[in-house]
Amino acid sequence: MALKSSPVVFGLLARLSRRSFSTSKALASKPVTVRDALNQAIDEEMEKDERVFVMGEEVAQYDGAYKVTRGLWKKYGDKRVIDTPITEIGFAGIAVGAAFGGLRPICEFMTFNFSMQAIDHIINSAAKTYYMSGGQIPVPIVFRGPNGAASGVGAQHSQCFGAWYSHCPGLKVVMPFSSEDHKGLMKASIRVNDPVVFLEDEILYGIPFPMSDEALSPDFVLPIGKAKVEREGKHITVVCAGRATDTALQAANELAGNGIECEVINLRSLRPLDFDAIARSVAKTHHLVTVEQGWPQSGIGAEICARVMESSTFFELDAPAWRVTGADVPMPYASSLEVLALPRPKDVTAAVAAVLGNKISEAASQ
Amino acid sequence: MSKLIPSAAKFFNGNTIAKAAAPAVTTSTAKYSTKSEAKFEVKPYKLHKLTKGPATSATLTAEDALKIYAQLAILRRIETASGNLYKEKIIRGFCHLYSGQEAVAVGMRQAMRDVDAVITAYRCHGWTYLMGVSVLGVLSELTGRRTGCSRGKGGSMHLYGRNFYGGNGIVGAQVPLGAGVAFAQKYRADGGVTFALYGDGAANQGQLFEAYNMAKLWDLPCVFVCENNGYGMGTSVDRSSASTEYYSRGDYVPGIWVDGMDVLATREATRFAIDYCSSGKGPLLMEMETYRYSGHSMSDPGTSYRTRDEVQEVRQTRDPITSFKEKILSNELATPDQLKEIDAKVRTEVDEATKQAKTEPEVGPEELCGDIYYTNLEHEIRGIYPAAPLRHVEVTARSYK
Ligand SMILES: Cc1ncc(C[n+]2csc(CCOP(=O)(O)OP(=O)(O)O)c2C)c(N)n1
Ligand SMILES: [Mg+2]
Repeated sequence: MALKSSPVVFGLLARLSRRSFSTSKALASKPVTVRDALNQAIDEEMEKDERVFVMGEEVAQYDGAYKVTRGLWKKYGDKRVIDTPITEIGFAGIAVGAAFGGLRPICEFMTFNFSMQAIDHIINSAAKTYYMSGGQIPVPIVFRGPNGAASGVGAQHSQCFGAWYSHCPGLKVVMPFSSEDHKGLMKASIRVNDPVVFLEDEILYGIPFPMSDEALSPDFVLPIGKAKVEREGKHITVVCAGRATDTALQAANELAGNGIECEVINLRSLRPLDFDAIARSVAKTHHLVTVEQGWPQSGIGAEICARVMESSTFFELDAPAWRVTGADVPMPYASSLEVLALPRPKDVTAAVAAVLGNKISEAASQ
Repeated sequence: MSKLIPSAAKFFNGNTIAKAAAPAVTTSTAKYSTKSEAKFEVKPYKLHKLTKGPATSATLTAEDALKIYAQLAILRRIETASGNLYKEKIIRGFCHLYSGQEAVAVGMRQAMRDVDAVITAYRCHGWTYLMGVSVLGVLSELTGRRTGCSRGKGGSMHLYGRNFYGGNGIVGAQVPLGAGVAFAQKYRADGGVTFALYGDGAANQGQLFEAYNMAKLWDLPCVFVCENNGYGMGTSVDRSSASTEYYSRGDYVPGIWVDGMDVLATREATRFAIDYCSSGKGPLLMEMETYRYSGHSMSDPGTSYRTRDEVQEVRQTRDPITSFKEKILSNELATPDQLKEIDAKVRTEVDEATKQAKTEPEVGPEELCGDIYYTNLEHEIRGIYPAAPLRHVEVTARSYK
């Protein structure tokens, strides 16, 4: 619901992530915010392909509720940057239909909370049509917008849909972290001929990350379905995506001070899930912790743990894997409760310590 | 059997239920006002599929005049306080002010009976107060403190009270919910009517039309109230709506356009609506044309999609409080002194509540898992990692029968 900048949070996170900026090995040439990286990606793809257009609430004349589409309406005009009424199921359906008809829509949800109004078209119309039509009707569409917990906006406006959408075959589900992730994966999402759910994060929008010259070029695209090792380490594998990557990296920094080297894997995409990357890392570290902001039950960590159980990676583990997740409660408004509902670096360090210390049974029986 | 016109003090619990019945007979006293009642013409209603509309001439007693003035003033003051608390960063997240739209809620509330119910969107601070929650209950929910009407767990969009079902953050969702409350009223035959309020932006959500249809099909005692304030966030009505005649957009649901800046018009229209719906005729739609002074939420300066002049002009020519004040003063229903007395009381009450809303503590950490379920069947509530389990607690007495 937007029209909100939260400088406090942005500032805080900016400071935090500056500390944990081990993201890109490439020569850091220029700090670019996540917002600008997304804007660049969309702009470049619109320039390149006439079929790409943007549709959503406040995306045109207002420049986007979170300013991600800033300047695009001025540049491309009414035909290609379209303000809709507040009617998610309606415009999501129209966008999916436009994809049926040969266009490549970028459908913005002001936040993913409102995609629940439209979820039928995302799942039943977008995800399944290629299959149901026996391969006759591809649906190249990107559903994008901020996902997950914002700050102080209460239960209806703070939740992660990563697990929800990643449940569904036919979809690709992307959850980027850095500016480079956002740019490269957005371009890939626009180009791919399948529906993509692209989960951004309001709190990341204002964070600057260094971007290499390569990443700044219009040819830069990242593969969907490939994880990125954000930090190498030999003691334990920490798997995360999106803003949880920041939490994991902060914890890893702290743990490094105590001689514990975490290998932090930024999944980048939840479907496909790069299990090979996880397996490779666990074969080296023999320990696993997952970190996500969403609820625990049937979550991303739950899926990763299940895949470990079902594969030979299970035999690589020296201790049970643990999940660090959002608490199993709707998001409270009061700030002292809100902080207790989301994973913090200290939760990750505690989980890592327990897993590494083989203190799991003790801890669990507390 | 003359009754003195009471001093303003009496009007300070917004909880008094105004009766739709004839106003109390009062005689004038020189000390306060000189007339006991006056008649006013309201802007003509526009009607859709109705042959007869609400009364265009409204009688206002001196007693009601003071009551209404007090409510208008306190709603405005609550929003001023909220805006300041937001700027002080004590209110977090969103904060949607109702300033400019007060005549809608206050006029409606004047006509409502004890059995009637309300549901609205996130612009709900004023309604919450009018439905019986104290100023402190409202403001300390906004500041997230334990004295908040949702214990600080809901936040500014999630305020509730007796016969008041929110406060909803999902644009349009409150409308079928309101029809559902009306369904229950009809089912239980309690004679109540439900008012489901929504904005001009929300008016385009598909679920509204689904609700209109079922409400008509089943003759639900539901009044759909479109508060047309000209904009949904940064989008003006003509950019969002193929027809901006919102009162006619229920098609087969009869509708009335009402001057939402005139508290007497909204009161008369609501009296009519209650009469209409409670006599089994099914739903009704009311469009209240109004204006929001502030940005959409506190962080929106509200100036990129409209001019400052536009806002200024409404403030100067159509302000619901100023215009009402002029009306009752020039018709001698109240004296400047009486209104000053009310203003002072309002200021004190809201200032005190504001102070307390800043200093009250938040609820304790145990309430993170308070009242997730009416009946908790989970052994424990999963916390952030396995070694940090949480316990469900029942904070509110379980008294649902
Ligand atoms: C389903 C949904 N979509 C989008 C939003 C974001 N949003 C919140 S308020 C709003 C504008 C609503 O305008 P209107 O209905 O006219 O009400 P007003 O704010 O003017 O009172 C929007 C787009 C939301 N909260 N829920
Ligand atoms: Mg509006």
